[in-house]
Amino acid sequence: MQKSIRRYFPVFVLPTLLAFTIGFIIPFGMGLWLSFCEFTTVTDAKFVGFKNYIRAFQDTVFLHSFWYTALFAVVSLVFINLLAFLLALALTQKMRGTNIFRTVFFMPNLIGGIVLGYIWQLIFNGILAPYGKALNLNEWYGFVGLVILVAWQQVGYMMIIYIAGLQSIPGDLHEAASIDGANGLEKLFKITLPMMMPSITICTFLSITNGFKLFDQNLSLTAGEPSKMSEMMALNIYQTFFGRTGWEGVGQAKAVLFFILVVGIGLIQLRITRSKEVQQ
Amino acid sequence: MAKKRRISMVGSVIFTVLSVIYILPIFVVLFNSFKKKAYINLEPFTLPTEKTFVGLDNYLAAIKQYGLLDAVGWTVFITVGSVLVILLCTSMCAWYITRVQGAVSKGIYLLCVFSMVVPFQMVMFTLALVSDRLRLNTPWGIIIVYLGFGAGLAVFMFCGFVKSIPLEIEEAALIDGCSPLRTFFRVVLPIMQPTYISVGILETMWIWNDFLLPYLVLDTNKYKTVSIVIQYMKGSFGRVDMGAIMAALIMAVIPVVVFYLSCQKYIIKGVAAGAVKG
Repeated sequence: MQKSIRRYFPVFVLPTLLAFTIGFIIPFGMGLWLSFCEFTTVTDAKFVGFKNYIRAFQDTVFLHSFWYTALFAVVSLVFINLLAFLLALALTQKMRGTNIFRTVFFMPNLIGGIVLGYIWQLIFNGILAPYGKALNLNEWYGFVGLVILVAWQQVGYMMIIYIAGLQSIPGDLHEAASIDGANGLEKLFKITLPMMMPSITICTFLSITNGFKLFDQNLSLTAGEPSKMSEMMALNIYQTFFGRTGWEGVGQAKAVLFFILVVGIGLIQLRITRSKEVQQ
Repeated sequence: MAKKRRISMVGSVIFTVLSVIYILPIFVVLFNSFKKKAYINLEPFTLPTEKTFVGLDNYLAAIKQYGLLDAVGWTVFITVGSVLVILLCTSMCAWYITRVQGAVSKGIYLLCVFSMVVPFQMVMFTLALVSDRLRLNTPWGIIIVYLGFGAGLAVFMFCGFVKSIPLEIEEAALIDGCSPLRTFFRVVLPIMQPTYISVGILETMWIWNDFLLPYLVLDTNKYKTVSIVIQYMKGSFGRVDMGAIMAALIMAVIPVVVFYLSCQKYIIKGVAAGAVKG
């Protein structure tokens, strides 16, 4: 069977492979190489070793964006997952209309980042204006705004994953615990939470990597105002590439660091939560 | 029993209120899209009154001055075209690399998995460069870019499904004299229908909402997507036309809401399936 299919390699694989080479492999390889070069267009690239990386670490705005992003990722992770978990618990109870509520809470997830940013900009500025304040005057207004925005966007999504997890817990576990005299809280912490670890792994992984990679929402809600103080890493990299000539190499070096950081954090997070999963 | 029922009633009421509050932001934008632009920033939380109501003026302004209708058209074209191409090409690729063992297949699979964890910022500069060189900066060309950059997730999800299809069905077809192409389209493709729906929905939501990739790849003087138009309205120097922005936001949200309400069962299932990609 393999032999007869193999002759069809050009039909089955080649289109995807070619596009994948253009859309991913070449840009990735070139990106790695250019992070060690100084250039404005690729034809004048000159190898400079680790100079770009050193300049990236000396860039205080970049370092600030790292801390700001890290804090944001952690805060939004906790906030989103707590809310989503509580919602999932509530919406798996016997209640009229749970399906409609799920539909509503999930909906903002489908709206694009740019659109979300401008929707919430209108709302936050409308709330702040009577006090003579605005989103772009203080980096922490932007921070809280972004947390609320991504929570609004992602809570419904995480809720769906948690609901699927809750529904997969066999009912007899809770029954047995009730017979043994466990109360509601004990059942939550001793049965539901341990059995939910696979869902928690997925959700925390998604929310922490999403938090680090956030771009569209950051660009549209605050655009880094005031003076780059609410700029997150992805936006900082973008601004380095396209906002400052002569800094393209540094931008690429930052992008490589960013890539390593996102992969590293994802792996660490998976390892931590996976180790807490229990066999059914 | 009666007490339990009362609690569930209270729960329903509380969640009805919460749900209304939850989607309120969208309605605030909707109200404001019918207001005179000067009043939008002044009093965003009031309904349009006789004094502030402008009918469809904001929508007309967004269409005439900012080419919003063209942008909607191009966004639909790019989304539909890319998703169809991605579904066809990546499912064929996934079937081949799962069925034909070897170093090449394995290499492609691993690269696809790897590409899923790479943030876009890592490749955005060079991708923009490469696609400019290859003249992929048109709505037709960007389909190839989307196929390339979206291949990872799609191939991964299709491979997962192909592995669960029993080999005997395909072997029977091949022994009966079907060519591999016929086998794929007549036997494999129909079995994979649920995965096509899941992957299709994930890629549709991604491409419809995407901003940075088309912004960097497309020749934005000629072609804009909805997200790009909105960003232009806000980012261009001079006065910001809040009315047109509100209209554009609504025009971007309505197709999504309609799409969602008409096939929400598949969307929730598809999105949950995509979550496992981690």
